[in-house]
Amino acid sequence: MYRSNVLVCGGTGCTSSHSLLIAEKLKEELKEKGLDKEVNVITTGCFGLCALGPIMVVYPEGSFYSMVKIEDVPEIVEEHLNKGRIVTRLLYQETVEEDTIKSLNKTAFYEKQERVALRNCGLIDPEKIDDYIANDGYAALGKVLTEMTPEEVIQTMLDSGLRGRGGAGFPTGLKWKFAAGNDADQKYVCCNADEGDPGAFMDRSVLEGDPHVVLEAMAIAGYAIGASQGYIYVRAEYPIAVKRLQIAIDQAHEYGLLGEDIFGTGFNFDIKLRLGAGAFVCGEETALMTSIEGRRGEPRPRPPFPAVKGLYKKPTILNNVETYANIPQIILKGADWFASMGTEKSKGTKVFALGGKINHTGLVEVPMGTTLRTIVEEIGGGIPNGKKFKAAQTGGPSGGCIPVEHLDVPIDYDNLLAIGSMMGSGGLIVMDEDNCMVDIAKFFLEFTVDESCGKCTPCRIGTKRLLEMLNMITDGKGTLEMLDEMEELCNYIKANSLCGLGQTAPNPVLSTLKYFKDEYIAHVVDHKCPAGVCKNLLEYSIIKDKCYGCGMCAKKCPVGAISVTGYTAPGKKKPAYEIDPNKCAKCGVCIDTCKFKAIIKG
Amino acid sequence: MLKKISSLPFQGTPAQEAKLKEVILKYQDDPGAVMPVLQEAQDIYGYLPLEVQTMIAEGLGVPLDEVYGVATFYSQFALTPKGKYHISVCLGTACYVKGSGDVLNKLSEELGIEAEECTADTKFSLTACRCIGACGLAPVITINDDVYGRLTADEVPGILKKYKEAE
Repeated sequence: MYRSNVLVCGGTGCTSSHSLLIAEKLKEELKEKGLDKEVNVITTGCFGLCALGPIMVVYPEGSFYSMVKIEDVPEIVEEHLNKGRIVTRLLYQETVEEDTIKSLNKTAFYEKQERVALRNCGLIDPEKIDDYIANDGYAALGKVLTEMTPEEVIQTMLDSGLRGRGGAGFPTGLKWKFAAGNDADQKYVCCNADEGDPGAFMDRSVLEGDPHVVLEAMAIAGYAIGASQGYIYVRAEYPIAVKRLQIAIDQAHEYGLLGEDIFGTGFNFDIKLRLGAGAFVCGEETALMTSIEGRRGEPRPRPPFPAVKGLYKKPTILNNVETYANIPQIILKGADWFASMGTEKSKGTKVFALGGKINHTGLVEVPMGTTLRTIVEEIGGGIPNGKKFKAAQTGGPSGGCIPVEHLDVPIDYDNLLAIGSMMGSGGLIVMDEDNCMVDIAKFFLEFTVDESCGKCTPCRIGTKRLLEMLNMITDGKGTLEMLDEMEELCNYIKANSLCGLGQTAPNPVLSTLKYFKDEYIAHVVDHKCPAGVCKNLLEYSIIKDKCYGCGMCAKKCPVGAISVTGYTAPGKKKPAYEIDPNKCAKCGVCIDTCKFKAIIKG
Repeated sequence: MLKKISSLPFQGTPAQEAKLKEVILKYQDDPGAVMPVLQEAQDIYGYLPLEVQTMIAEGLGVPLDEVYGVATFYSQFALTPKGKYHISVCLGTACYVKGSGDVLNKLSEELGIEAEECTADTKFSLTACRCIGACGLAPVITINDDVYGRLTADEVPGILKKYKEAE
């Protein structure tokens, strides 16, 4: 027994700010002070509050140290772990009240959260199967194998109302039912861990913080549909996740929780890892299966659906990491418990990766039906530097931008679709008044053009043409007619593309056209970018009456666009300078150079 | 992104080949072997020259065009090696108008390679990149983590000399 447990976050965010070195230093210091038998150091998965990393929590007190530095470690060990005096100065300041220390769960960031999929992240050591088992791990698999028939398992999934967390929100139970109903000598269970949306990282956090939950859920799925082989398709760009998954698979084998005759019930199930090689389209189910088969990850037409002919032409189910992370809890606590959370048609919770112009960047899990306002203003802590909220982008390159007038819409699958966005995998990027919406649409289109696999024409050529039009608009060469043409093209691409990538690629354009048409009009009619982002529409100029004539800007200008004039402002000794707009490359160096704020862009 | 096939002569060693054969053997019976084998082959050779792709195709008994198709589809696979010193030339507007095109040409001439290629001794590779945001230093190149600004084409040989002599 240890008297104190110190949890150090070993997720990707904190690891990149050297949390593992902090854990090492901690162990070293404890050993030196002879405390290593009393104080336990555990490297956990992601806590979610990545903006405050590296993170360290000391139990039983629950003291939450944020932005810990290596130099802080000796002090924490000596004062807190040795003498029992919490180092208030280093705590996350929101937990510090006048004379008491607030529990982490009572802070604005955590209080409104409901952790189901992330329940073990930041709590257990992901590299130790015993930690997982101590937290009810593999109990659901045991229950399923010894007490339930496959039909009962599928019925539980149907009753729970769980829908796919990877994007489209298809009911998980229904998917399993279809696959179970198709007889075949071999079936497969696949896991989509090829999280590719820019800005989404919840799957990575589950894989890094609680890898066994995915293995357990896949085995449950295997039992339900009659499959004995599973594949996890994980991005090669997630080295920590890959490593921990492999450790988890090996440990599960060792404990007889994967392999042959699991729990002595005669049920066999094994899981192989397959590494993705950097292709966004492989998040699409048929493309992912083609890729596991070792071929170019191009989607195939559906039908036949994977439940009929999937991997190696056998019945296959594919679920996303977050979907799997919910399943053992549903089995243990019951479908009713799960269905009691959320809205009428979207049950349970959803994890969002909060990013962009927001104070608390990180991972939050909230019940379905929570409003965007709660997420952005309360949990996310609002927008930095007193700027105004302009839009939230959900669903990555497949989603859309939600304007301020929809901040109070309860978020679920159907409501997001109704306002022109989609749940997607749960990336949530907040934008403020300094973001240009045309530029955002262009950013996502550049991404889809790059990632389009090229198999079908509407997506391959359509997105390219769309991007060309967006480029013309941001270059000031757009016309009003072009906006209509763009909308028409968007609808063609949506209607005619082969897979989800193409069918949703125009969403960023359509939603910004719908909610921020005035910005498009400013670009094409006035040739201005209201947010001051689109370089080619910007003009830099010098306010001559503010110019002291020091000439620093002219010296720094890389293209020699600044020259001296004959005008000297009242009260100044030297003549003012001016910028030749025809020569200006709009790099912005002059603004940064001018000490007198005499240069403006607009 | 378009991939350029390396024109460098293949310099694989027997030791590398033996390792590759082991990998091929390990995945021999796996129906989806091409990707994992390519991934491990890239770890062995650093990139995937056509010679290696041919060995994989023959070893696994799949057509070369299938292996090539996979190697060119995924962004993780490289068909040209990256040199010990990787040179990026910024072709953003500010650098371009200050003559970064000339700098690129000079580099290309000095090294005897085009952009997106690697020298025969794998010491240098060359690429053209978009604005890196150091417009005040235009024109700019980076060599690994070192940044060189306000360059002229005449300075290129001197800079390269430093790296050529370094070990």
